[in-house]
Amino acid sequence: MVKFSVKLLGVWFGAIHALKNVSVDISTSEILGIIGPANSGKTTFLRTLNRLNELAPDFRISGEVKFSGQNIAEIDLEILRKKVGMVFALPIPLPLSVFDNIAYGIRMHGLRNKKRQQEVVEKALKQAYLWDEVKDRLQEPAFKLSGGQQQRLCIARTLAVEPEVILFDEPCSGLDPISTAKVEEAMLKLKTVYTIVLVTNNVKQAARVGDKTAFFLSGELIEINETKRLFTAPSDKRTDDYLSGKFG
Amino acid sequence: MPNPGNSQRIAFFFLFLATLLIVVPVGLIIVIIIQKGLPAINWQFLTDIPRQGMRAGGIFPAIVGTVYIVSGAIVFALPTGLLAAIYLSEYAKDNFLTRIVKLAIVNLAGVPSVVYGLFGLALFVGFLKFGVSILSGSLTLGIMILPLIITTSREALESVPYSFREVSLSLGASKWQTIRYLVLPNAISGILTGTILGLGRAAGETAPILFTVAAFYLPQLPRSIFDQAMALPYHLYVISTQVPNVDEKIKYGTALVLLVLVLFMNLVAIIIRYRFRKKKKW
Repeated sequence: MVKFSVKLLGVWFGAIHALKNVSVDISTSEILGIIGPANSGKTTFLRTLNRLNELAPDFRISGEVKFSGQNIAEIDLEILRKKVGMVFALPIPLPLSVFDNIAYGIRMHGLRNKKRQQEVVEKALKQAYLWDEVKDRLQEPAFKLSGGQQQRLCIARTLAVEPEVILFDEPCSGLDPISTAKVEEAMLKLKTVYTIVLVTNNVKQAARVGDKTAFFLSGELIEINETKRLFTAPSDKRTDDYLSGKFG
Repeated sequence: MPNPGNSQRIAFFFLFLATLLIVVPVGLIIVIIIQKGLPAINWQFLTDIPRQGMRAGGIFPAIVGTVYIVSGAIVFALPTGLLAAIYLSEYAKDNFLTRIVKLAIVNLAGVPSVVYGLFGLALFVGFLKFGVSILSGSLTLGIMILPLIITTSREALESVPYSFREVSLSLGASKWQTIRYLVLPNAISGILTGTILGLGRAAGETAPILFTVAAFYLPQLPRSIFDQAMALPYHLYVISTQVPNVDEKIKYGTALVLLVLVLFMNLVAIIIRYRFRKKKKW
């Protein structure tokens, strides 16, 4: 089933043409990996999906993005962002306790019942494979957790509002290999329930976890295919050059 | 060839001298005021009305008047200033007009206080017919400290990292919820500090209250916000220049009370800032 349908998407920030004629369908229950060099428009594409680009004052958009068949410009901003969660490149714990970080979203969406909040927090932390490490530290400030724990906290925080899609923006860029493995493990488990879009600078990570992989270059979508096919037999020479490390 | 050791010694000497030039006068002011004013301070001085044409008795009405006027100023200026700061830093589009408004507010802080006094006389006392009253004085002082409160509040709001707002919005919180539950709680220490510094400034000003509220001699407490009131800075001015033969210790005693009041407010600001800094979690 198609979750996101993007047609002829163009994005500008002032005079900068960040995305050019990008068309892609993103299906449910799969991980779409997005690779490409710096400034290729990967993150801009991701932030188009939850309309976070609109925070920039000189942002303009053309084309059409549909979420579950509905144009995202017509969906209530808060509802869209609740359904399309995001995990940022650096772990950004809010200046609150571990518990309050996870409960922040559901509280904003009006869940007042303390017992329900506890259930949601526990479930989210378990889904992010963090519960065992922090179940006795729920009242501690979240910034006291290690970097890898903080990033799984951010995943749990996103999961707590029960999104349908999770956007990962280079979630492992600041993490060591062991923490990276834990985050990847969490992603693979999550894809059975959630649609996942993963932007990564790490080509190998896209190969490990992506069902499909898309290659962006200078704001254009060069190629999108099953991960195996894209990595073994890319149809575009530029994809081949990037994958073989001729530029990066 | 210049000797590096020598030039360093010369630099140190001038740096030290400059610091000394700042520290010594401040220290002297405090020492002299305490030395000359302390003998006047007793329970009667703090709680009695002025007697014998302000040459004896206490300064209680002036203390009470100052507290009333300053409280009134803050009741008006804090909500107004905070809301304006939120609008300017979070909602207003960053365009030419907004930048002009921000610049104007920063510069308003430098307008001489006597100009605010004249403004208050024209607007509140005259045009709005509040008369010479606590209400007029409080509003005038409030307007005078508004720029300070707006500027410090804006700085406090803008010091909350942008990434926190993105996280909050990405979880589906509305912009207002983000401000209310994330930005404001993390900016509150800066806002309070600015407010209390404003309080201190309002408590010490003479010119804005001169035309709008201050009574030359009023040996009773004000009964409503439409009454005149005595105030410490103006009382000090009066007994120093307008009334002959006032004992020196009464003048310095009044100055000491005013100084302690203002320093106490600044101390509270420092303590609040320190406690919130310790609690800060980023």
